[in-house]
Amino acid sequence: MTLFGYRIPMMASLLVWCVVWEIVGRLDLVFLLPPFSDVLIAAVDLVQTPSWQTATVTTLRAFAMGMALSIVIGVPLGILMGRFKIADDLLGMWVNIFSSAPLSAIVPVLMILFGFGEKTIVAAVFLFAIWIIVLDARAGVRHISPSLIEMARSYGASRPALYTKIILWAALPEILAGIRLGLIRGVKGVVIGQLLVAIVGYGALFETFSRNFRMAEFWALTIILFAFALVIAELIERAEAKVEYYAGARQ
Amino acid sequence: MHATALRNGPSPVPAPIDSIVEVRGLSKTYGNVEALRGIDLDFPRGKLTSLLGPSGCGKTTLLKIIAGLIKADGGTVAINGKRVSAPGPERAFVFQDFALMPWATVTRNVAFGLELRGTNKAEREETAHRYIAEVGLAGFEDKYPHELSGGMRQRVGLARALSVDADVLLLDEPFSAVDEQNRRKFQEDLIRLRTNQNKTFIFVTHSIEEAVYISDRIVLLSPRPGRVSQIIEPQIDRSGDPERIHRDRHYLDTVEEIWQGLKQYVE
Repeated sequence: MTLFGYRIPMMASLLVWCVVWEIVGRLDLVFLLPPFSDVLIAAVDLVQTPSWQTATVTTLRAFAMGMALSIVIGVPLGILMGRFKIADDLLGMWVNIFSSAPLSAIVPVLMILFGFGEKTIVAAVFLFAIWIIVLDARAGVRHISPSLIEMARSYGASRPALYTKIILWAALPEILAGIRLGLIRGVKGVVIGQLLVAIVGYGALFETFSRNFRMAEFWALTIILFAFALVIAELIERAEAKVEYYAGARQ
Repeated sequence: MHATALRNGPSPVPAPIDSIVEVRGLSKTYGNVEALRGIDLDFPRGKLTSLLGPSGCGKTTLLKIIAGLIKADGGTVAINGKRVSAPGPERAFVFQDFALMPWATVTRNVAFGLELRGTNKAEREETAHRYIAEVGLAGFEDKYPHELSGGMRQRVGLARALSVDADVLLLDEPFSAVDEQNRRKFQEDLIRLRTNQNKTFIFVTHSIEEAVYISDRIVLLSPRPGRVSQIIEPQIDRSGDPERIHRDRHYLDTVEEIWQGLKQYVE
């Protein structure tokens, strides 16, 4: 972007909005919106509190467990669906329904199933993240050139070798893209899960802050969460760029 | 001597003295399209035999059945007198679209057949480097396929097929995705390779010139259903400068003769 002939860095627009926020906050128009500087100060204070630190550990742990589960189950399931028509026919419908369904509506059911604890949060992350991982892994396997499979067979690849040396690698760009999208959905899952359960991790904090109208802390926590989601997505994108060099070269 | 047409019509050929691949009564149908009908063929050891014909004559299907990649509906394929129905170490395949692993270096691609056989890393890399040099790619060992031109990629495919030390090399239109200049160079190299390596080549092509240029024996297939219509053995001296072959009288006459035979299948 250029303005009056000067090149403006990408982050500039973010700065503009921060300034706007600050002004609106200082004008005291809406009490829900404290000045941005207050929010920043609150964020610095917040990260030093033991309650935030425990909440973060709880949240991260639930997120990591839910993601690990959805990757470990989702990727093989997607590969299976990509390779075998029968698996695709059996599961395809459900995966498609769940990947576009409003999953927040199901989280209360999870609470009944798993109780008011970490298990529900893990289940929520899993439920939000897995479907896109399955769909992308399936698409990746579908796009593998048939001659690559024939090549492996003609040079005597055993069934396990075919999967570990060819299929997994050939589908890797799509699998990683699925995991990146899954992570973003997983963040949604962890937040929605915790908000509904409301006594675990960030959910409890959000509950406390909004009940007591501690808006600066409320926004600080929101910003921390957004930043976390963005950083994760960015990290995966970097990993993807490393496999990009061959993704573009595929026929 | 002029090019000799050995036979006409689909009756069985008397087996040559030493044939490494024997195909008997092979048939294949896709849905209600009859791709191959009653194919009887012998491929002499140490020779380059081309399967030539218009598209839809089932030449690639025949090659893939010999490779064990496609199951035949009827008939048998025997290699060295042993019936086969699956891929085996005595055959190696070169693919039309190269079929290289884009995530692996040239060395690993070439050594992949050996990797699957469990050869240790040092040994298989040494073999790979030898064949990479053999196909003229020395210096490109650590490159990735997308860093190579089409012609170079197919050289990798060829080196991979050579490195497993198979008796029979099956090549499925290997030069069709390679540009014209590279194709000429490649054909010359293949002639040289044939004299160095004591291997049997089965070569699928739709180019008459290419078939006559490189083959000891040309099997003409006719389409719908695919059947053997003629077997030709061009008598061309390939010992000298490969450039000269293109102006050789026998070469030109054989190309013309095959074209006259195939003309009827072209609309």
